[in-house]
Amino acid sequence: MDKKQSSMGTLDDSYLNYPHRSYGMDHERYEWSMLKNRKPVAWPNGKKVAVWVNVGLQFFPLNQKGIPFKVPGGMTKPYPDLRHYTLRDYGNRVGIYRFLKAFDRYGVKPTFAMNTRLAEKYPYLLGLLKERQDEILSHGHHMDALHYGGQNPEEEKELVKTALDRLRNLTGQSVKGWISPAKNESMNTPDFLAEEGIAYFCDWANDAMPYNFKTKHGDLVAMPLSTELEDHFIILNNLHTAEDWGEQVKDAFAFLLEESQTMGGRILSLNIHPWVLGQPHRIGYLESVLEELAAHDAVWMATASEILESWKSQTA
Amino acid sequence: MKEEPGYYDYWPYHNRPKITWPNGAKVAFWVAPNIEFYELDPPDNPFRKPWPQPTPALPGYTSRDWGNRVGHTRQMELLDKYGIRGSISLSTALCDHHPEIIELCKERNWEFFSHGIYNTRYTYGMTEEQEREMIKDSMESIYKHTGQKCAGYLAPALSHSEFTLDLFAEVGTELFGDEAGFYTCDLFHDDQPTPIHLRSGKRFVSIPYSLEMNDTIAYLVQKTTPRNYGQALKENFDRLYQEGAESGTIMCIPTHNYQVTNAHRIKAYEEALEYITGHSDVWVTTGKEIAEYFMEHYYDVVNEDIGQKAKQYGNA
Repeated sequence: MDKKQSSMGTLDDSYLNYPHRSYGMDHERYEWSMLKNRKPVAWPNGKKVAVWVNVGLQFFPLNQKGIPFKVPGGMTKPYPDLRHYTLRDYGNRVGIYRFLKAFDRYGVKPTFAMNTRLAEKYPYLLGLLKERQDEILSHGHHMDALHYGGQNPEEEKELVKTALDRLRNLTGQSVKGWISPAKNESMNTPDFLAEEGIAYFCDWANDAMPYNFKTKHGDLVAMPLSTELEDHFIILNNLHTAEDWGEQVKDAFAFLLEESQTMGGRILSLNIHPWVLGQPHRIGYLESVLEELAAHDAVWMATASEILESWKSQTA
Repeated sequence: MKEEPGYYDYWPYHNRPKITWPNGAKVAFWVAPNIEFYELDPPDNPFRKPWPQPTPALPGYTSRDWGNRVGHTRQMELLDKYGIRGSISLSTALCDHHPEIIELCKERNWEFFSHGIYNTRYTYGMTEEQEREMIKDSMESIYKHTGQKCAGYLAPALSHSEFTLDLFAEVGTELFGDEAGFYTCDLFHDDQPTPIHLRSGKRFVSIPYSLEMNDTIAYLVQKTTPRNYGQALKENFDRLYQEGAESGTIMCIPTHNYQVTNAHRIKAYEEALEYITGHSDVWVTTGKEIAEYFMEHYYDVVNEDIGQKAKQYGNA
C-alpha cells in the first residue's frame, strides 16, 4: 500500500485511494462470512455449549526487551522489576495448584497454553501436566519473545521452530495449537505456524466459532479464544472485580445457551491465568463459575482439540 | 485556528420554548449502531496512528471484524424485538465489503447516514477539496447501495476539520437539494436539537448523539461493567423522561456491533431497551425523523428564542 504523504502535514491524494474496497475482507487470509449464515454445529451427546477452559502458563523474563512493545502483563518498572516478575511467578508456583484442585473437584477438562521457557524452567510442573495427560499447546517461546509486523522473517521462523521443537520434545505431545504472546503476529506468523505443523491458532479473535484461515502451507483453523472474557482483560485492564468477572462469564453462558437453541452449538472459551485468578481472594469466583458450568446438563467440557475435531468432522 | 467552533449560540437549558414530540411523547429515543470497517493495513496519517501495534494489529482489527461477523446479527435481532429501527452510522466502504449487512438493514427500513469511508481514514490533514471528495463519495455510496439520500453525518472516527459540517451540508445540497445533508451527530453540547450556523445559511441541525451513552466510550474508555452500563442507560433515560414533560428531550444510544453484543454484555443492553421502550411517552424513532420533525415544527421557534436571548443578554 502507498504510504506517501507530504512533510507539511497535509495528505497526498493517494489517501483517498482504497485499493481493497471490494467484496469481502481487505486481505486474502479468510473468507468473509456471517455466523448466522453458517450451518449449525452439533456437539457430541446433544450438548449445547462447549466450555473450553484455557490456562495461560507464562514466563515473563525479568530482563524484558520490550521489542516492539512491552507485553501486556510484563515488566513496567526499571530493572529489576521484582514486583511484576514475582507476582507473575506466583501463578506458576501457587495459583496453578489452586486451579488444578478446582478443575479436579468440578470435573473440568483444561487446556494449557505454555511458554516453552516455562516448560524448560519448571520440570516439576511440566511433569505433572504430562502425567495428567492434559492437552498442551504452544504459547510461544516466552512472553517477551513477540511476533510482530516488521520482524525479520528468518528470525521469526526460527523463533517459531525453536519454541515448538523444544516444547514437543519436552512434553512428548504433538502440540497442534498455538497462541502468540500477547496474541500478536506479523503478516508471516500464520505461514510459519502451518509450516511447523500447527493445526489451530487463537490469535484472531474475530469469530465466535472456528473458521479456516489460509496460509502458504495449507489451512490453519482459527479457534475463538475470547479476549473480552479473559481474566487479565476484565480484572487488570478494565479493573473490574473477580466477582464482576464471574457475573460476566455467567451472563455470557446464559446468552450462548439461549443462542444455541436456534443457531447450533456454541463455545464459551475462558482464557485464564493463575497469576490473576489464582490469588486467594479471586479463586473462589473461578470455582463458583466452574461449579455452575460443570454441573449444567447442556455443557460439554472439552479441550481445544476436541472442539476442533468435532467442528471439523461436521464442516469438512 | 478559532477560539470556538461558532456553530451555535449559547442557549440556557431553562425557559426554552416547549418541544412536544409526536403523540405527546416526552423523549425521542433513537439507537445509532455504528457499522464500521477498519482496515488491516491503512495508510499513515500524520496526525493519528490508526493502530497501536505494527501491522497486523490483531486486537483492534479482529474485534471490529467480530462485530460484523457475529455481533451485527445479535443486535439486529434485539432491535427487532423491541421495535427499534437502527440509524446506522456507516463506514460506507462496508457497502462494498459486506453487502449482506446492508441488505439486512435495508429490509428493516433502517436509516443509513455517513460515517466516512473507513474508520481508519481520518479527516486530519485533508484539504477542503479532499474532504469534500471523501464526503461526496460516502453520500453517493449510500445512495447507490440503499437508495437513501443521506441526511446525517458523523465524521469518521470523530475526526474533523473546520469545514466538516459546511462541506457535508453543501455536498448534500449539491447531490439532492434540501433532502440530504441536514443534520450532524458530531456535537455534544445539548440534550435537545440545535440549529447550526453554516456558511451557506442552509437549515441544518445538531441532533444529540450521546458520547456518554456510547458503548465504546463506556466499555473501552470508562471500562465500565456491563451491569453498570445497563444501569446508566436506564438512569439517563429516567432523567430525560422526567425533564421531557417540560420540553421534549432526546436520548440516543450509540452502539458498536463489536462491543454491546458480546455475550457477556448483551443482557444488560437488552434490559435497558426493554425498560426504555416499556414507557408510554417515548417516541422510538431515527435520527433523520427527529431532525425532520424538529425542522418542520420547532426550528424557527427555537431560532427566534435563541436570537431573542442573545439580543437580551448579549451573548457573544
